[in-house]
Amino acid sequence: MNIKPFRLAHCLLFAASALVLGACATTQTGPTAADNAREVEALARRHPAPYDAKQVSDAAVLQAMRASFKDSPSARLDRLDQTPLQAACTEASRHGKALDPKVREQLQAAALASVKYPADGKYLGDWKRGEAIAQSGRGLQYSDPVGTIAGGNCYACHQVDKKEISFGNIGPTLWHYGKTRGQSEEIVKYTWARIWNSHAFNACANMPRFGDAGILNEAQIKDVMALLLDPASPVNQ
Amino acid sequence: MKSQTIVTLAAAVVLPFAMLAHADDTQKEIERYRQMIADGNPAELLEMRGEELWKQKRGPKNATLETCDLGLGAGKVQGVNAVLPRYFADVDRVMDLESRLVHCENTLQGFSMAELTKNPHSMKAGERQTDHEALVAYIVGQSRGAKVDLPQTHPKELESYLRGEKMFFFKGGPYDFACATCHGVDGQRIRLQDLPNFQKPDNAQRAFTTWPAYRVSQGAMRTMQWRLLDCFRQQRMPELQFLSQASIDLITYMGVKAKGGVMDAPAIKR
Repeated sequence: MNIKPFRLAHCLLFAASALVLGACATTQTGPTAADNAREVEALARRHPAPYDAKQVSDAAVLQAMRASFKDSPSARLDRLDQTPLQAACTEASRHGKALDPKVREQLQAAALASVKYPADGKYLGDWKRGEAIAQSGRGLQYSDPVGTIAGGNCYACHQVDKKEISFGNIGPTLWHYGKTRGQSEEIVKYTWARIWNSHAFNACANMPRFGDAGILNEAQIKDVMALLLDPASPVNQ
Repeated sequence: MKSQTIVTLAAAVVLPFAMLAHADDTQKEIERYRQMIADGNPAELLEMRGEELWKQKRGPKNATLETCDLGLGAGKVQGVNAVLPRYFADVDRVMDLESRLVHCENTLQGFSMAELTKNPHSMKAGERQTDHEALVAYIVGQSRGAKVDLPQTHPKELESYLRGEKMFFFKGGPYDFACATCHGVDGQRIRLQDLPNFQKPDNAQRAFTTWPAYRVSQGAMRTMQWRLLDCFRQQRMPELQFLSQASIDLITYMGVKAKGGVMDAPAIKR
């Protein structure tokens, strides 16, 4: 990385060229444009484009991020402290690689262990309230007052009730979710766990951990469960 | 009067959108809506206001911004947004357009950094657009037709890109989201909003060249700094600070990915 010794030689070598002479004259306090170009070339040789981000350390990136965000009661700076799951999924996604099978297994087991099933054994609440939760994108934003009751924002990523045409496609359609799967104990518990911590079945899934991360409370998850599984829910018509 | 015109205009284009509720072919309707809003961009009024501000003697030093070096030499406005963020030797760091503009207002006109960074964006509905937004609209408008080509020759420019890349993939917060969660896969939508995949040059170009943009749904022109602030809000991260290093690095990352795109901002969007 130390390129300064080359600078003088470079300027002399190309002194005849007005362009480079200009570059030498204007950047006396720093490396010349030619130096920079050489350095980038060298970097590119070692790390063919797109450049491998190993050139800046994770610590340096985190430090820059910490200095860039504002701590506030509604969104604390500790949101930048990655959990092991977040760190592992960041690495995998950055390199476009699948998770190591052993790591995947560990993450999924830990996610499944995090699931808290309802103490009263009742899994289905009110689908009408569930629909309101599925529609609401409120909560957990720095701009939300502390204590705002969060929504599930399901429609941001999923088709749910077909009557709502404004839905995203990051997740699969949930139309006829209960109609096609039925209401066996296995399906009900699977659905609960999937909402609570979707990494239990698919580590590094895009879906937030609605129960595990405390986005929705138990009663709200019951209502969303009803929206998906209750035979009376419009989703299953 | 101007803001009233804008509100009326916004209502005229938002209303038909609400009536799409029962349309079958969602994608077709989105395309139709896009074409509908494509003629006539209220941001042009803001560009005019920005041009006046640019040439006006302002601040404690009673100076204009006309000698400001935005990256292509003192006083040169045309095409600058296609080469920013870039390294500036006088401050020995990489700056995006908005950082550089604020720097000029501070050094040439004598406004304090505190007042320049206090309320850069109009945030409430119906609020008058800020001088900052007007100046950005003017400068960006002068880059229409310019090919995006961010310099990556200075080591600090390369570092900014590399940090931006890591930040782009950084998962955190209660939703475990990274920028890449929504902007790293083809053809994804949040609700009806298409999401550009920044790993694809054509997607990155389309996104980078059409920000800043007039947001019909908000009746206001939004800058690139605002765009990032609002992305992180929805990502449930803490509040991104105006002109922060992370904002500059991410704009560098997107700009490098958008190389070769043709600037067409301020654009008009939903």
